[in-house]
Amino acid sequence: MTPQSNFMVLAPIIPEREAELRELLDSMNRGPGQVDPNNSLLPFAEFETLHFARFVILDDKTTEDVRVYGLAPRSYPLYLAFLGDFDGDVNGFLGKLIKRAGKGLGKIFSCCQGFLPDTDLLDWMKQHEAPAIAVYVNWRGRTVRQIREEAALYDALLSHIQKQAASLEGLEPQELHAKLRAFVNAEQSAGRLKLSKEGPTPIGWQIRNLAHMIGFPLAGLLLSPLLLVIAPFYIIALRRLEKSDPVVCPVADQKHSENLSSFEDYDVTNQFSAMGSLKPGLVRLLTTTLVLKTVNYGARHITRPGRLGRIRSIHFARWVFVAGRERMIFCSNYDGSVESYMDDFINKTGFGLNASFSNGIGYPRTNWLVRDGCLDERNYKEYLRRHTLPSQVWYKAYPGLSAVDLERNTRIRRGLEMSSMTNEQAREWVALL
Amino acid sequence: MSEVDYADMQGLVRFGYGQMTSALYALVRVKNSDAAKRWLRSAPVTTAVAQKPPPKTAMNVAFSAPGLRALGVPESIIAGFSHEFWAGMSQESRARQLGDVGQNAPPNWTWGSYGHEPHALVMFFAEPDQFDSFVQNSRDQNWSNAFEEIISLGTSNLDGDEPFGFADGISQPQIDWEQRLERPTTQSEYTNVVALGEFLLGYRNEYGKITDRPLLDADAATAGLLNAEDMPAKKDLARNGTYLVMRQLEQDVRGFWKFLHEEAAGNLADAAQLGAKMVGRTRAGDPLVSIQAQPIPGTDPRTVTQNQFTYASDPAGARCPFGAHVRRTNPRNSDFPEHRPSTLRKLIIMLGFGPKGFYDDLTSSVRFHRILRRGREYGSELLPEHALQPGPPNEPARGLHFICLNANISRQFEFLQNAWIANTKFSGVSGESDPLLGNRESIPGCPVTGNFRIPGDGALGRRISGLPQFVTVRGGAYFFLPSLRALRYFAGAA
Repeated sequence: MTPQSNFMVLAPIIPEREAELRELLDSMNRGPGQVDPNNSLLPFAEFETLHFARFVILDDKTTEDVRVYGLAPRSYPLYLAFLGDFDGDVNGFLGKLIKRAGKGLGKIFSCCQGFLPDTDLLDWMKQHEAPAIAVYVNWRGRTVRQIREEAALYDALLSHIQKQAASLEGLEPQELHAKLRAFVNAEQSAGRLKLSKEGPTPIGWQIRNLAHMIGFPLAGLLLSPLLLVIAPFYIIALRRLEKSDPVVCPVADQKHSENLSSFEDYDVTNQFSAMGSLKPGLVRLLTTTLVLKTVNYGARHITRPGRLGRIRSIHFARWVFVAGRERMIFCSNYDGSVESYMDDFINKTGFGLNASFSNGIGYPRTNWLVRDGCLDERNYKEYLRRHTLPSQVWYKAYPGLSAVDLERNTRIRRGLEMSSMTNEQAREWVALL
Repeated sequence: MSEVDYADMQGLVRFGYGQMTSALYALVRVKNSDAAKRWLRSAPVTTAVAQKPPPKTAMNVAFSAPGLRALGVPESIIAGFSHEFWAGMSQESRARQLGDVGQNAPPNWTWGSYGHEPHALVMFFAEPDQFDSFVQNSRDQNWSNAFEEIISLGTSNLDGDEPFGFADGISQPQIDWEQRLERPTTQSEYTNVVALGEFLLGYRNEYGKITDRPLLDADAATAGLLNAEDMPAKKDLARNGTYLVMRQLEQDVRGFWKFLHEEAAGNLADAAQLGAKMVGRTRAGDPLVSIQAQPIPGTDPRTVTQNQFTYASDPAGARCPFGAHVRRTNPRNSDFPEHRPSTLRKLIIMLGFGPKGFYDDLTSSVRFHRILRRGREYGSELLPEHALQPGPPNEPARGLHFICLNANISRQFEFLQNAWIANTKFSGVSGESDPLLGNRESIPGCPVTGNFRIPGDGALGRRISGLPQFVTVRGGAYFFLPSLRALRYFAGAA
């Protein structure tokens, strides 16, 4: 299995060069929200292991919100974030990236502080890397190559079925499975279809993964006496905060909202980046860290492939602290429009949403960390919209394919790899076609 | 819980006025706001109070955001309405979300394109013998001074069928007028009873919350308005009003039956059967899945044989395809993919360890996405058997003046249109949008969206390809259907 990795480069923009940077980023698009995958600055399409990538200028308009806690807003530098999700390890990918697109990246990053003509690009990117505290991968191990091969398989099967409708009609599911299996085998032999074998799982990754799988609960176990002692105080403190933390959910500015919309709904998948400040204090910082570490653990070791709780429409997602511990950004790639995404979240995984976002300043009031909160639909949607940032450039390697499409195609392929099926299995498999 | 005041509500919220078979929708722009207000003050707007005998004429009025502006309503008040009302249906990004691209794109519309939105929609209903005089009397001198008519849309009475020839309007949500229902956090069974706040502003919705709307300071001008239930110090301009969505949908009845007829190799009965698969009901309106014994709350006893069903008995779509129009627009599900799960089971499902079949739990819970349909057909009736012949030259168009009422346009109408009707990935399907309403435009990575898959029962299903566009959007707009109090406020506004 080839595990997926990610990177995020976060660097302050030189104020005088912001306009130039925006122009550069726009030049990578055919129009708002529609990247040219072969653009000369960073020809995304040439990186065959890259799933998603984006450039976002972190123009957080909500930094004034800390005033509700009597704190003076800080003037943060304006950051540029460049992030991607890909197959294989970070070093290998960044190496390829720099080799092929070093010049274009250099041009972009030269608008950021500390990047000089003689700067070593790789060193600079590594210095500016912002690690995620929690990461979600829809289907660990499924590579871009596999996705494309399986999509081609699905198309080939559909067109074969269309052509051979007469000879396939009335067949029992198991016979059908055998016939289609024979067809696919023949196509593979003839070189018209390719279904590559899974690559080996890197030993280093396996060890790290195992250590993480055991380490996190182990740490919890070891700390449990301490946690038990702290728990009552923590709960009292959290409950007190929940009851008193101000809610800041003004109606999102219409222009901002319309600007966001102009970047959305070109593909079946959309990008989402939301940023905000954390509520001040140790209790909230602790809660955020613990919740996100748990989310990260669950997403990595426990969730079923293709699902985050009940949600099946997220390809990749991550939570990242932005320069310090005061502000966070959440980035995801999801299927459908933002409205359905938000409704799906409220109705299917409101508890997760509350736990992970309620530590942001102004979030609708929660109870016991997981209750209420986003059920205050109106406030929640305005809150999210107000904190959303447009992605100046956004790339997806497989336009037109939703996460559910990918799951279907993988299920079809797995079914084909079985030499025989029970009748029940065969019925379920045939229903995918 | 306050009782609802039907006298303050426009009648359309409560009634479809089915017995008044003649109707006219006048889309107007305000040319003189004083005259418009004068007309409004004397206009006989029909309320939702039940009358015996039922009225023979009725009139309702709704305003768009530009219309409120034209009446002189301050921008600060208009900004209190929802984003989508404010921005309008024909804005480019919104049009893309709604699938209004290609032939459906607003620049091609007969009315309502961006910058040319109607200001008001005036709806006239009457029994046929009173219709002409009623409409004529209502369009008096004030009317002609006040408004410039963009277009007046006539309607026709097809005896409960829509123009393709299928029974229409069979299923409507039942409104919880008495607000008796406790709104649970989660609903694990499909119910047809929907919170009042889903259809009327100023009341609690399915989330138990009151939708956003303009709340005004109490002063002389707003004295006639009701107090907001959640903020009694404020005046609720929208209470007892709602949003009205209108779309003119032209239906290519000949194209529809010609396509079905060809797919059915020239057999009209088979064509009707295929049509039923696309619609999700037979021409008579019967569902394709069996009626269940257990009653569904809120089902009208008179329509049990057509409405007492869910798709729980058809998880693979073998009887009613996932993509069928009525299954897309009302999947009849609940908040959970299983019937009445225990608390533990709910937790298991919530954490993602519930049913693991490919098609399981793919569709959002329907109770947050219901609409109240109030539209009417237009154009003459054309029976399927006659639809196969080529039409006469310059044949008048047929279709539906789609009208729906909802308190949250983005979560109700727009969600339905975007996530369920136009979505080429609905419920695990691929390469197909709504078989009736889809625009068939390609999207990046999906050159073909004109398929329709009829799943088989443990066997290969049938995939029909090359569906032409049967329905073309000719116009559309978002309106606010005010309460009587709000109408008086608008009529008196400076």
